[in-house]
Amino acid sequence: MDSKERLAIPPHPMPEQDPAERVDNVREVPLGYTAETAIAEATRCLQCKTPFCVDGCPVNIDIPGFVQAVEDGDFKKGIRILKKDNLLPAICGRVCPQETQCQLECTVGKARKDQTKSVMIGKLERFLADWEREQGEFEVPRMPPSSGKKVAVIGAGPAGLTLAGDLVRMGHDVTVFEAFHKAGGVLVYGIPEFRLPKSIVQTEVDYLEKLGVEFRYNHVVGKTLTMEKLVEDYDAVFVGTGAGLPKFMRIPGQNLLGVFSANEYLTRANLMKAYEFPRSDTPIFRARKVMTVGGGNVAMDCARTALRLGAQDSLVVYRRSEKEMPARVEEIEHAREEGVQMHLLNNPVRILGDENDWVMGAEIVRMKLGEPDASGRRRPIPIEGSEYVLDVDAVIVAIGNSPNPLIPDTFPDLEVTRWGGIVTNEVTGQTSVRGIFAGGDIVLGAATVILAMSHGRRAAKAIHIYLKTGRWSDLEEAVAVEINQSQTSS
Amino acid sequence: MHRILSKERLGPEINRYVIEAPQISRRRKPGQFVIIRLCPEGERIPLTIADADPEEGTLTLVVQAVGKTTWQLADMEEGDEIIDVTGPLGRPTHIERYGTVLCVGGGIGVAPLYPITSALKDAGNEIVCIIGARSADLLIMEKEMESVSDHMLVTTDDGSYGMHGMVTDGIKRIVVEEGRKADFAVAIGPPVMMKFTCLLTGELEIPTMVSLNPIMIDGTGMCGGCRVSVGGKTKFACVDGPEFDGHQVDFDELMKRLSAYRTHEKEAMDRYSECRAETGGGGR
Repeated sequence: MDSKERLAIPPHPMPEQDPAERVDNVREVPLGYTAETAIAEATRCLQCKTPFCVDGCPVNIDIPGFVQAVEDGDFKKGIRILKKDNLLPAICGRVCPQETQCQLECTVGKARKDQTKSVMIGKLERFLADWEREQGEFEVPRMPPSSGKKVAVIGAGPAGLTLAGDLVRMGHDVTVFEAFHKAGGVLVYGIPEFRLPKSIVQTEVDYLEKLGVEFRYNHVVGKTLTMEKLVEDYDAVFVGTGAGLPKFMRIPGQNLLGVFSANEYLTRANLMKAYEFPRSDTPIFRARKVMTVGGGNVAMDCARTALRLGAQDSLVVYRRSEKEMPARVEEIEHAREEGVQMHLLNNPVRILGDENDWVMGAEIVRMKLGEPDASGRRRPIPIEGSEYVLDVDAVIVAIGNSPNPLIPDTFPDLEVTRWGGIVTNEVTGQTSVRGIFAGGDIVLGAATVILAMSHGRRAAKAIHIYLKTGRWSDLEEAVAVEINQSQTSS
Repeated sequence: MHRILSKERLGPEINRYVIEAPQISRRRKPGQFVIIRLCPEGERIPLTIADADPEEGTLTLVVQAVGKTTWQLADMEEGDEIIDVTGPLGRPTHIERYGTVLCVGGGIGVAPLYPITSALKDAGNEIVCIIGARSADLLIMEKEMESVSDHMLVTTDDGSYGMHGMVTDGIKRIVVEEGRKADFAVAIGPPVMMKFTCLLTGELEIPTMVSLNPIMIDGTGMCGGCRVSVGGKTKFACVDGPEFDGHQVDFDELMKRLSAYRTHEKEAMDRYSECRAETGGGGR
């Protein structure tokens, strides 16, 4: 088939659960490709000589390689290529913002002058990962001999899991310390079941265990054991403790009953399975009319979770316009299809309570956009006199988190930024303390799963070289040399 | 897994558990708490640590059965295992030599008060202890408290033991009537007791520290469910506390927030009671 014919094939949408049906269950929304559809979608790839898609991927997956394998129907080979660069494809295939990464760079999309018509790289990635899981057999790669070096990983979220997988495959002895009773971090407490089934995360964690990674649950580093102890007992330490304290709005009424942080609402619903209450013990407030404040993926997750918990109305209030919303287009679309109402260019100024201090409404002011601010987005400005009252009985605040202060607080040697994030070398993830590395939201503030994974990947490379050579002050150069060598040899 | 090594009844529905938790017992300081979870579908609840033995690797928890999870714990026996115990969480109590310290405990609050009192005593303070309960049978750890106190007064609401009245009446007797000077106070108990104790110590100008136990999920600052207003600012009890200046705490808000899931709690409890009745108790 020539390029012209390939270009003529339209993209294959992934079938989805009907919106009216899915708001009553927590099952996954996109249903997955069949083998035939996957092959047909893979056929759209032009196998570009210079694959820009790979540059768009934070972990530089060999995208043309695995897509070709799908086209050939050799799924086993496809998953092998995929897992070379990404140990957690079932997760990334679902939650990565492909439309702003690999698919944004895709030549097919560019040729069609519409990046929504790019090769559906993320959906193919998900297909391969699901295919492997359904086979029930995971190929365990040949493991190198043990290096005799021990690495402690703090936090079993996307950064920590990626790093653990990489380091264990380089022959190091890896122990992951997790504060919760389950591994996954934001993948299990934050991202809802209907977007990322918990069983998929568990399968990936089981796979890491099979490779030899040891998990210690209910271990809060800084409390249950100290950083000093880890530094003493391990050859290197990676801090991936993620975003910590939820931000609130500092408006009157924020402590009324029925006002939740997104973290609390989602943790109750996801990790603690409150949607099964009273079969599970953790309750959640089943509101009639829920207002979620914020415009990111987390806000969409909250608004959609509220519907599944029986809310008749679920509103998103966001202070800028749709163009500035940080949420993925797909998430906004899914939310709209399910009936979430978007109140854009609106901002709450006060939450109103009834005589028992339960939320009974919110006073909202309309906004307009002014000049761009430091973030490059146009600054929202309140329109005086435009206040009105929304009748709601629960408010979820999804405006972000600040980095978790537990480790910096108990280990003051670590240099932190004004915002409380750990200061690191961008290439290596090195912190101000020898032997300690960091990555993910504890460094970035609040970012994406794949960015956290890319931090984990980079830090793993650096830790590997550090353990091998003991170099610290010039570790960045050593990493650069190693990367160049591996590129010229391959 | 954390085995229950001993279970001892202290009063109606009040038990003292000694559980295996070697790492936590070595790290724990007075004033800190743990979060426990009993079963795979279980909720996470915070419990203040009553004592610890680092050599034996054990923690002591004193728990009154009031809801589903605490009843389920009450139905567990020696040798049973608790699946998750996380901690020690929260900031430890600030211990210093104040002079004379009033240690005021109400109901089950006497349990977490004990290690703090003991540490204050070790720091050279004169301890005046006032503990109270609704009735004699609900009074716990009197002997233990006596062993770390220089002066002791027991009150019961119904007059069935000790002085007839509330702990606030006890404070009045000691500070106002007997004219004993107090430099500092620690009050732990039901929020309403802490509220009135703080109102009184505020009038008497005795700086007072309280230990709060709001609803929590993770206990590491992540969920924000445990937020309390202290001096008009929002604090997270799990990472900023659990101890705060009692004269700054908005107790009315705390009590309301504690009641947020009351109907759910009742539903879960009713369901558990049915299940207990069917299995003849101990229905897990």
